[in-house]
Amino acid sequence: MDNKHEAHEPRIVAFLCRWCSYAGADLAGVSRLTYPPNVVPMRVNCSGRVDADMVLSALEKGADGVLIGGCHPGDCHYVSGNYKTRRRIALLKQALSEVGLDPRRVHLEWISASEGIKFQETMTSYTELIRELGPSPVRATKEAVHG
Amino acid sequence: MSTPRIGVFVCHCGLNIERTVDTARVADALREMSGVAYVSNYDYMCSDPGQQLVSEAIRDHRLTGVVIAACSPAMHEPTFRRAAEDAGMNPYLVEMANIREHCSWVHLDREQATAKAIRIVRTMVEKVKGNHPLDPVKIDHVDKCLVIGAGITGIQAALDVAEAGYQVLLVEKEPSIGGHMAQLSETFPTLDCSQCILTPKMVEASRHPNIELLTYSEVLDVSGYVGNYNVTIRKNPTYVDAEKCNLCGDCEKVCPESVPSEFERGLTERKAIFIPFQQAVPSSYTLDEGSCLGLHPLRCSECAKVCEVGAIDFDMQPEILEEEVAAIIVATGFDLYPVLNLGEYGAGDIPDVVDGLQFERMLSASGPTGGHVRRPSDGKVPERVVFVQCAGSRDPENHNSYCSKICCMYTAKHALLYRHAVPDAEAVVFYIDVRAGGKGYEEFIQNATEHEQIRYLRGKVAKIYQDGDKVMLWGVDTLSGQKVEIEADLVVLAMSMDPHPSTEALTKILKISCGGEGFLKEAHPKLRPVESLTAGIYVAGAGQGPKDIPESVAQGSGAAAKAIALLSQDKLSHSPETAFIDETICGGCGVCVGMCPYTALSLTASGVAECNEVLCEGCGTCVSSCPTGAAQMKNQTDFQLREMIEVALADG
Repeated sequence: MDNKHEAHEPRIVAFLCRWCSYAGADLAGVSRLTYPPNVVPMRVNCSGRVDADMVLSALEKGADGVLIGGCHPGDCHYVSGNYKTRRRIALLKQALSEVGLDPRRVHLEWISASEGIKFQETMTSYTELIRELGPSPVRATKEAVHG
Repeated sequence: MSTPRIGVFVCHCGLNIERTVDTARVADALREMSGVAYVSNYDYMCSDPGQQLVSEAIRDHRLTGVVIAACSPAMHEPTFRRAAEDAGMNPYLVEMANIREHCSWVHLDREQATAKAIRIVRTMVEKVKGNHPLDPVKIDHVDKCLVIGAGITGIQAALDVAEAGYQVLLVEKEPSIGGHMAQLSETFPTLDCSQCILTPKMVEASRHPNIELLTYSEVLDVSGYVGNYNVTIRKNPTYVDAEKCNLCGDCEKVCPESVPSEFERGLTERKAIFIPFQQAVPSSYTLDEGSCLGLHPLRCSECAKVCEVGAIDFDMQPEILEEEVAAIIVATGFDLYPVLNLGEYGAGDIPDVVDGLQFERMLSASGPTGGHVRRPSDGKVPERVVFVQCAGSRDPENHNSYCSKICCMYTAKHALLYRHAVPDAEAVVFYIDVRAGGKGYEEFIQNATEHEQIRYLRGKVAKIYQDGDKVMLWGVDTLSGQKVEIEADLVVLAMSMDPHPSTEALTKILKISCGGEGFLKEAHPKLRPVESLTAGIYVAGAGQGPKDIPESVAQGSGAAAKAIALLSQDKLSHSPETAFIDETICGGCGVCVGMCPYTALSLTASGVAECNEVLCEGCGTCVSSCPTGAAQMKNQTDFQLREMIEVALADG
């Protein structure tokens, strides 16, 4: 690992659908499955509530990574919110690449209410990935511009 | 807007939170936060004194909002919202900060966990600052309940709801109600005849004025919401008019087509026109179009020629029914684990290796052998029957990892009934453990092992194969450490229980979840065992997990009680956390109208969008698609979320 990244603790926010991923996180807790403490979870009613503005706002406010947890295809509690998010996030990732930001800083994962282990694995691997990517350039740029 | 005065209550949850999160430091950090007027930490916030503490602080410190930093909102959000309401605060001004399931239970480093807990609590303080008092939306509901699956669980649930005075629609996929219980011979631990206790209930369900029975029918689609679900059901054609059919059986005699009988589990055959069993409800023949030579009268029509009452109607069409119901009870039951998966036990190719349900049919007086135990291969009375428990259960590497729960009991019953039927015969049981938790169950096992001369061998059978006209079993007696090779005339596999194959597709229609093993998932494994996470949809019986008859009946009644509690309300409450439109900035583009899955949004005459809060389920899809930000969620606005993100990411 790059030395300059060693001291860096990734800051990640996760938007979790209350019906699946948030409950999956609860199950991980009940099952005492440990994972890194870098992710601050936020409950939303549906992954379909998450829009590009919200993700960009998180990146702008200094997130090194943004996770969105939704229901598996076909399982959305609100019929089709997850499909809308899938399309939205795909476009957003494309836009991020175009402005030179690594699209992996935004990640959408399907985690059901019974997938405590998948929640643990996702939190662990995503934190590791963001650690490898290093601090987000957005904050550094912002600080340079605004002083 | 007046200055917020938020109260933060940090719970230790005994040591559950305190062990990894320094709650005193969390409390200190929150005291510094702007808008926080009162902070307290306490051992068990959910206890009576804890709730008291919250109520008193609300009054004494004139709080405008409350954050309980404790467990998941799934756990105690209702508790604290009620406590706040008692103290005169609108319940929607109370939020939970989940520092247990999402923090103290999943992290080991106290320093890091404390820092994360502070971030989590701060985000919720930001949220509460933007919350508004809300009143639940009141909605009307219909007075009908749908029960899916008419095994013993569904029948019990339907009868209970009907007895309470509400209309019930009982839907069953098979031609008759009764489920697997109708196949059983006698039931443990009392050895009462299964059909004798089941059939009166079947008849009662069919005759109850409040129950509409739809057999040979499937649920195709469900939309709507609690209190007002719209259900589409297909009633498949039986090609026999149940009103006219008098069960004379003439049609069956002349029908030239035979297929293995599902009810007899292939031990015998049935005709293409058949009745699953004599006590079937509705008591009518069914023409199975899959096995019939052809429904066109020119093709065969032997049955129609001999039917004196003219009950056979080749032109019968599937019926599509649209129904409105307030609540849905899902009682889809189980099926046996596929024997094809058990290659080590012959994968169904050895005729004298049968499963537990086949053995039930052999023992049953109404079964194909009239209650006499005979080998399927040559009809001889078996002198030694070996029973193999945990066939496909408790084997995480190869098969199902879970215990199927009922097999220890029914295997003991099988062995005992076999010994009674063939007194000189030998019964041998292979087991891993004998699990007999239940009223009268251990005594039943004790009796079987001590007085009925049933030989119990502790160990798992590794291989079963045909050897001449015998069946050979290889295994290990783990108590003596000796290898065991045993010859049997008949082998009975206590097959693992799977959720019924239709479960997965149905859960997708209902938008409820399955657990990892494919069984219906309950809202809480201990405290909400018969509710799904979706309001108004309940789960019961072996479809939720392996269960015996008493437990299935109890769950059926439990789910019925939940449905009755809902049906008996004058109006239902709907969460007021719905979408709303800021008319001053809505441009009237109508994007939200097309995005809403519930048709809650529409454009008004004045060209702006409007949200019908009765129809709105609160997904927020409209909010994220609105180009101007006019569509917002009550108590979860974009502004609130941005403030929450800000503090979640702030330094320190």
